Amino acid sequence: MSGTTPSASGLYSDVIRDRWRRPRHRGELPGANAVAEDVNPLCGDRVRMMLAVAPEGRITEARFVGDSCAICTASADVVADLIAGRSRGEAAALDVGEVLAVLQAEIRPTRMRCVTLPLSVLAKALDGSAKR
Amino acid sequence: MRLDELTRPDFPILQRIVNGRPLVYFDSGASSQKPRAVLEAMNRYYERSHANVHRSIHTLGEEATELYELARDAVQRFIGAPSREEVVFTRGTTDGLGLIAETIGRTLGRGDEIVVTELEHHSNLIPWQLVAKDRGALLKAVPILADGTLDLTALDRLLTARTRVVAFAHVSNVLGTITPVTEIVRRARAVNALTVVDGAQAAPHLRLDVSALECDFYVFSAHKMLGPTGIGVLYGRRAVLDSLEPGRGGSEMIKEVWIDHAQWNDLPWRFEPGTPPIAEAVGLTAAIEYLEKLGLERVTEHERALTRQTHEGLARIPGVTVYGPPPEVERGAVVSFAVAGLHPHDVAALLDAEGIAVRAGHHCAMPLMRRLGVVGTSRATFSVFNSPDEVGLLLTTVAGLRSAL
Repeated sequence: MSGTTPSASGLYSDVIRDRWRRPRHRGELPGANAVAEDVNPLCGDRVRMMLAVAPEGRITEARFVGDSCAICTASADVVADLIAGRSRGEAAALDVGEVLAVLQAEIRPTRMRCVTLPLSVLAKALDGSAKR
Repeated sequence: MRLDELTRPDFPILQRIVNGRPLVYFDSGASSQKPRAVLEAMNRYYERSHANVHRSIHTLGEEATELYELARDAVQRFIGAPSREEVVFTRGTTDGLGLIAETIGRTLGRGDEIVVTELEHHSNLIPWQLVAKDRGALLKAVPILADGTLDLTALDRLLTARTRVVAFAHVSNVLGTITPVTEIVRRARAVNALTVVDGAQAAPHLRLDVSALECDFYVFSAHKMLGPTGIGVLYGRRAVLDSLEPGRGGSEMIKEVWIDHAQWNDLPWRFEPGTPPIAEAVGLTAAIEYLEKLGLERVTEHERALTRQTHEGLARIPGVTVYGPPPEVERGAVVSFAVAGLHPHDVAALLDAEGIAVRAGHHCAMPLMRRLGVVGTSRATFSVFNSPDEVGLLLTTVAGLRSAL
């Protein structure tokens, strides 16, 4: 055996480890005007995305909070990174492929929901704010 | 010889290499592995005797019927039921609990009360929520104490003249708590309430005696007790089963049918509509015979030693929290734990990288998770084939986890 520190290196890429330990966008966003929250029914993980959307429709900042695993946390952090500066439409078009490309991990089918939960919460936040 | 040394050669799946390591299977609480005797019995049945049961007037039909009904005798013996007519086959624990909730549910009226507990698996909660909503009944839950046992004083407060059903787990699938079944049954009886016991986590680990427990219903699955998926048992006390209209209709459960009405079949078939899981019944017989040959007392003793070793070992690791009653208390073959700074799913994934299979998440007990103040836990569960060395590997691996992510 590989000592007593399991690596699971394929699943937990350096990007995931780094963003799990030091997420850039975790925390409340007091000025948020597009907010949504959802849970992953498989594991009970919960993520809330908060967006500050400027009047002309551009996302100036995104932050998240939640109870989530390393993969979901890293995904939420990457999503917040990627949508900052995008228009509402561009953010809604964010594809899971873009997130996976940043995470650089071999995500198994059973953990794919960990990656996609922040994206579905993002869609919900954009949808909710568009209707207002 | 230790029980694991005796049984390991009987489980072909234990030869599996997972992620480059020998499989360490600590997820029998979700579904146990199967000894060769079970697999061979089912194969033999399909290769030699398969036909539909009960109404096939040919040799294979008679063989299949005999094998299916022999499973009922095996279950009767295994759980200490007074008669075979009280053993109803279902598709599993969830199916059995749903069936009995629907069936009892039809007799409930507005303002009647159902008592469950905070420990329940969703399978022994949601069916009662549906019934309560449908009938205008009130659903109440017995809380747990800090040590993971039920608050029986609260139970006394919750039981009223309107209480019709008390439904609870024999062994918690998260905390391993063994509930005082006879005591709860006695108190429920005092207000004339029916008792429904979810035995999914007890059946493979404890010597069962439903006559001594005196509950009205006892429900469990074959697949957690070395048997196949797709079959379970609903034991029901004869007097109560006799008084209930069948919850579900179809073939097998009738004697005579007209367009607008029907006459129900005798017990137990009245509660078994449709073609039953026949091969699975044959597999269940083999699983029961396997457990009986080992001796349930010996099984309990072996698993209790593993549970205690795990509980005490994990509790000594800095940053690890173990949930449920303390190790010196008798508990089921379940240890739930948390590693500080790590999400349970990441714990499970990191252990899997070492070939160790544990469960992680809410374990279908979200109200209990809320009570514990966690999203989920990691959970190791044990069976006859698990060894102290495997527990040792789990402990050293968990000890190294905090630096892993």
